[in-house]
Amino acid sequence: MSYLFNNPDKVMPFFWEHLSLTFTSLLIALCIALPLGFLIAKYRKLQAPVTSVLGIIYTIPSMALYAALIPYTGLGVTTATIGLVAYAQMILVRNVIAAIQGIDPMMIEAAKGMGMSKWQIILKIEIPLAIPVVIAGIRVATVSIISIGTVAAWIGAGGLGRLIFQGLNHDHTGKIIAGTITIAILAIGADLLFRVIERFLSPKTN
Amino acid sequence: MGIVFKNVVKQYPNTASPAVDNVSLDIREGEFIVFLGPSGCGKTTLLKMVNKLYDTTSGTIEIDGVDIRKVQTEQLRRGIGYVIQQNGLFPHMTIESNIAVVPRLLKWDEEKLDKRIDELLDMVHLDPKIYRKRRPSQLSGGQQQRVGIARAMAAGPKILLMDEPFGAIDAITRTSLQDELHRIQRLLKKTILFVTHDVDEALRLADRIIIMQAGKVVQFATPYEIVTNPANDFIRQLVGEKDVYRKMGFLRVEDVYASSEQETAAGSNGGVALTDDLKLVFNRMVEEQVREYPVVDMNNRRVGTVTMDRILTKLAN
Repeated sequence: MSYLFNNPDKVMPFFWEHLSLTFTSLLIALCIALPLGFLIAKYRKLQAPVTSVLGIIYTIPSMALYAALIPYTGLGVTTATIGLVAYAQMILVRNVIAAIQGIDPMMIEAAKGMGMSKWQIILKIEIPLAIPVVIAGIRVATVSIISIGTVAAWIGAGGLGRLIFQGLNHDHTGKIIAGTITIAILAIGADLLFRVIERFLSPKTN
Repeated sequence: MGIVFKNVVKQYPNTASPAVDNVSLDIREGEFIVFLGPSGCGKTTLLKMVNKLYDTTSGTIEIDGVDIRKVQTEQLRRGIGYVIQQNGLFPHMTIESNIAVVPRLLKWDEEKLDKRIDELLDMVHLDPKIYRKRRPSQLSGGQQQRVGIARAMAAGPKILLMDEPFGAIDAITRTSLQDELHRIQRLLKKTILFVTHDVDEALRLADRIIIMQAGKVVQFATPYEIVTNPANDFIRQLVGEKDVYRKMGFLRVEDVYASSEQETAAGSNGGVALTDDLKLVFNRMVEEQVREYPVVDMNNRRVGTVTMDRILTKLAN
């Protein structure tokens, strides 16, 4: 513990690296998962093949995935990001599908019956109703990215994992604990942040 | 004018018999029409063909003489109020936004809309100051359905389609909603098409009832005609031929009394009017332990007698 309190200047750069890796991966993952999930929710034939491919990717251990990617994309942030985006897809796409398909069909019928066009139904009804569920998925995905991102240090992408690996290599318990605790703080913080957003965006119940 | 169905058929793919089988109806403007029948009889399908949620397999539906297929779908729907079971409100919108949906689609001026929302909430007896900013989940089922009615009427449609709107509401609230709807309809003279499987609801609300069975219209008549003169055994069973009390509610003194020439003043019992229903007369007879009443006309002159025996005879056939 003392290492963490005595050396915040050494820990903080790793923290920022980790945060930036998480943020970049999440952003790219969302850009893919939101339209993909929406498309699959609408064309159910795509659902089985796409989710099973994503499921297979999700089961590959992160070390193995990185090892397989290194010959193509080398060591560093790019490879780490690709891996993290791939893992997040499974969680995000599934959630987007569940969010869209979970909308009460009566809502859609009411919207249609009142004379909304297809796009008005998507923008005014489906997206707002899906958002709370999607945010829940983003929350889980973010926490996963933060934890799997630790391993990214192994392929030279930096982050708090570096601190842990350094501690392991130099038998420095203080660094291991500092890295672990900071990652935990980051994960718990992200979880709380999205929980707040989720509550704020859900239809008020009381 | 009104709504005219001409040989309307709806055949779903992969089903043996059509859901709606060659239905022709003539609905007048301002009528309160109830579609009654067991589930699967085609009543909801028939209703939803009016706003093109389902298309017709063959036949035509005309509103005010215009074939609905010639009207752009969204345009048509924005001109027809639509109320579904109580979950129809959008949970992510406030009450005022829910009511504002159709006027906003029609690009109403916000100032006019603002006034209209207050007016509509007043109409369904919900205080705008309290309810405008609330969410549907903060309202009771009955209140939600009041908002549902207000929302359907927001842009002033001439026609209202209601698909079992009170189906999931408790009996007491349902009765008050029925009264409310009846009052609003009398006031605004909307043409209402109302689907239900509740016989009492149909008899209470309808100007005319359309009874459906296996996709066909088996009787299209006033509640009185349906109760007193059911077209077949199915309807006889549906309206409960055995339910004499309900039947008495639709029979009037003029249907059973024995007229007499003597025009004397009403007797000591006080008279019953020609237009009183038999339920009322029967209740009075039981209460006062008498077997007959003098019948008086509008000028309170005696025109005849109604007796327990005559009521019983009438109910027997």
